[in-house]
Amino acid sequence: MSSTTMSESVRAGRPFHVRAWPVAIGVLRFAGVVITTFLGLLAVTFFIGRVIPVDPVLAVLGDRAPASAIERTREAMGLNLPIYQQFFIYVRQALAGDFGTSVLTTHPVMSDIARVFPATIELATLGTLIGTSLGIPLGVLAAVKRGTLLDQLVRIIGLIGYSVPIFWLGLLALLVFYAKLGWVAYPGRIGIAFEYSFTPITGLYLIDALWQGEWEVAVDVFRHIILPAALLGYFSMAYISRMTRSFMLNELGQEYIVAARAKGLSEARIIWFHALRNAAVPLVTVIALSYATLLEGSVLTETVFSWPGLGLYITNSLQNADMNAVLGGTIIIGSTFIGINLLSDLLYRTLDPRTRA
Amino acid sequence: MRPLLHVDDLKVSFPTRSGLVEAVRGVSFTLGRERLGIVGESGSGKSQTGRAIMGLTPPQARISAARLEFDGIDLLSAPPKLRRSLRGGRIAMVLQDPKYSLNPVMSIGRQIVETLRTHENVSRKVARERALDMLAAVQIRDPARVFDLYPHEVSGGMGQRAMIAMMLVAGPELLIADEPTSALDVTVQLEVLSILDRLVADRGMGLVFVSHDLRLVSSFCDRVLVMYAGKVVEEIAASELGNARHPYTRGLLNCMPTLGTNRHPLPVLDRQPEWRL
Repeated sequence: MSSTTMSESVRAGRPFHVRAWPVAIGVLRFAGVVITTFLGLLAVTFFIGRVIPVDPVLAVLGDRAPASAIERTREAMGLNLPIYQQFFIYVRQALAGDFGTSVLTTHPVMSDIARVFPATIELATLGTLIGTSLGIPLGVLAAVKRGTLLDQLVRIIGLIGYSVPIFWLGLLALLVFYAKLGWVAYPGRIGIAFEYSFTPITGLYLIDALWQGEWEVAVDVFRHIILPAALLGYFSMAYISRMTRSFMLNELGQEYIVAARAKGLSEARIIWFHALRNAAVPLVTVIALSYATLLEGSVLTETVFSWPGLGLYITNSLQNADMNAVLGGTIIIGSTFIGINLLSDLLYRTLDPRTRA
Repeated sequence: MRPLLHVDDLKVSFPTRSGLVEAVRGVSFTLGRERLGIVGESGSGKSQTGRAIMGLTPPQARISAARLEFDGIDLLSAPPKLRRSLRGGRIAMVLQDPKYSLNPVMSIGRQIVETLRTHENVSRKVARERALDMLAAVQIRDPARVFDLYPHEVSGGMGQRAMIAMMLVAGPELLIADEPTSALDVTVQLEVLSILDRLVADRGMGLVFVSHDLRLVSSFCDRVLVMYAGKVVEEIAASELGNARHPYTRGLLNCMPTLGTNRHPLPVLDRQPEWRL
């Protein structure tokens, strides 16, 4: 074999030196996608703000204000300017983190969000942790024991997670675990006894309490969060286990699994190392998607459990026509979504050598 | 010399909704440290014969044999743990297409090291050395570089050599090659075959070469089994293939066009139902 065919037979994939240009172009393209998506998000929220039948001037002044005052406020708010100028101002303010003042709370929307968003993050993160740590093993077992009772059981659990509305299951869980059994604390984030003595740092109460060594508070916070988190975790588990099962079935049917058996590897290593490692690539996207859904979509859970998070904040604002707060919250959720997608994209690249440039 | 492998009346069948499908229906042969070719068309049971020896028959299949012995070990009654240690350790298997039979998310080197460390208690450093030596033995010129490449970064021929390295690194005595060159370009086929040939000869391994390519098998093996519908219809020395008696073997041979003769029309393979019996 000549040396030319030899070097050709290795595709010009990853040479020893890092080629700087493709990496730079990749980063630029990435940044371009993120910026475009974010501008799109701002455009959509701006548009929503203009088409809803709530006059922002009247929302501030009330509908009995004299016409001259209304006109003056309208000019002060820049609503008399051409629409493209309004959008430009809107984008500039949004980029500076200024979403205006909430009519309901009279605080800047941004500081409201900084207060309520950690509550949602804490709940969604714990929910995703529960869902992932249970969903992946269950999905793997269901795939390996395909067609057995265990497989059926996992499918039924998944089906319930898919079809039962979360607020109903939430109320039921409260009735059983709080009202009847008394295992968990009442709705809310923290007990009244600690609410005013406890000063959070990050806003993630569980971490704050542990950080400050306030064990009693930590236990109380845990008793509050565990039920809603378990509920969200259940829904996330239903989704993740189902997807894990189908990804695993696909991987277990591949030829490299036959090769792994021919090498004499143990079943455990073949399943948990070879097959799951390959299934992990698409699973990253599934988990990220599920996490994003919990972050944006726990409105019902937050309502049922009086959880002072972003979902509850947006719902309350919406009911009071507090559009600054609604749009600000929407932008934050949208940005989080973009961020999580970005993260899962990066993780995807590290997990799958085929997607590396 | 004592034969390495005894196969006597091997049967493999799969229960399906429409009844029992008999893939292998009573195959018998013995194998020393020699090269045995098994040829036949698709569905003739040649691959399932190889997989039965490996112990890679799917769990729903039924498998039976009057005798299935490797080096004095009764394979059918051997405990799963022993069979696992045989696989890759003493009996190895090369699969058809390296594009699918190598784990896409593991580097080639790690996959070779994995086989070695499954069967021998060696340190990481020693395992790496041996894997590099093995890559050199399959005539990869730059083993240190290929060690860190992923399967998608190498060509088919290189991938198949990596596959051979992965399967031979633990020093097996018997190699089952299941269509090892069918997925490769013709020029690369010959390279891979010559590498395989040398390794088998140097290490004194027994080889079962499963293929549908009669010409390839006759030039590469010592002995040929011709299978049809799950049975061996003819066993013949490779050099005697031109004098094959069974009409099915003759039919297969006649299907190969030769240069300079009238090739129109090509003969159609004759399949008599009585050969199935």
